Amino acid sequence: MTDINAYDTAPEAEFGDYVALLKPRVMSLVVFTAFVGLWVAPVDVHPFIGFCSILFIALGGGASGALNMWYDRDIDAIMNRTQGRPIPSGRVQGNEALGLGIVLGLISVMMLGLVANWFAAGFLAFTIFFYAVIYTVWLKRWTPQNIVIGGAAGAFPPMIGWACATGGIGIESALMFALIFFWTPPHFWALALFMKEDYHRAGVPMLTVTHGRRSTRIHIFAYTLVLAPFAIWLGLTSVGGPLYMAVAVVLNAAFIHGGWQILRRAEDEAVADGYAVEKRVFKLSLYYLFLHFLALLVQGWMGGW
Amino acid sequence: MSLHAEHELHGRRRSRNMGLGIVLLAFVALVFALTVVKVRQGGLVEAFDHQPRVSLTPIEPAPQVTP
Repeated sequence: MTDINAYDTAPEAEFGDYVALLKPRVMSLVVFTAFVGLWVAPVDVHPFIGFCSILFIALGGGASGALNMWYDRDIDAIMNRTQGRPIPSGRVQGNEALGLGIVLGLISVMMLGLVANWFAAGFLAFTIFFYAVIYTVWLKRWTPQNIVIGGAAGAFPPMIGWACATGGIGIESALMFALIFFWTPPHFWALALFMKEDYHRAGVPMLTVTHGRRSTRIHIFAYTLVLAPFAIWLGLTSVGGPLYMAVAVVLNAAFIHGGWQILRRAEDEAVADGYAVEKRVFKLSLYYLFLHFLALLVQGWMGGW
Repeated sequence: MSLHAEHELHGRRRSRNMGLGIVLLAFVALVFALTVVKVRQGGLVEAFDHQPRVSLTPIEPAPQVTP
């Protein structure tokens, strides 16, 4: 018996494929840091207004994720890690992702303006533009500092959360930006050292390939040194307090120590023990950011200095 | 091999339709709740009602007393 399988060549997407376009895992980080930014701000926000603000910041983040997947569909098809994404696997067409990204971006900015204020909405629009155009289209395939630039896009959410409450920028929100901004490069480069990704095959310049692994180790250590003063400085502002300060001192000491260990290692040592130190520092970097923001959250609830 | 009335494709299509329906309903509910919250936050809304009302008239500076 013969079946006619005309549909199977162009599989239609299910709802979850469109959700996957919004990068839900990145979104969870956006939700958490934006919430902390909103929570520690000195202005009280109605709980429902706060909930809606976070929702539309997350939606804006999702929109930039969809735009990123639309533009990067060619290199996503080459790299193993990203081959299963909705566009390279053929479940969603490229144009659908572009349309979804633009429409969701517009909705999220408009709604954030109506929910919170137009400064926060403009900030969100700038963040989407920064991630989708300046990072994805322009700098990602052009400079090995792409991780640093991309980190800025990931660092904006707590500032937007703060802006939803206060309608502006403060030294505290700028320092929360700096915390994520300077944390991103050592975090990703530690990953790049042990994940031998085929970025170069896809034509994306990564520091490990363009400047070598030795230089990457130096960069990681240097960034942990730059990061620490900003984390401590944040503890001295109105959002800081004894608990945050204790957490920051311990974590920064551990992170700098980890960076130092990475710096001291030769490549053959790392190969010999299967990149044990690099993997440990990468794991530490995840806890580093999560615990800093958790400490801010608890400190905001307890009251600061 | 038997023919099925419902192709696997229909399941995916239904998931899309249901998902979009739920999202749209949730959005309507959200805008309604937001309206309630915003209106309550605004306090009493007063406008011109054919009668001069003291609460709406601008505060005038006290007249200068000349000695």
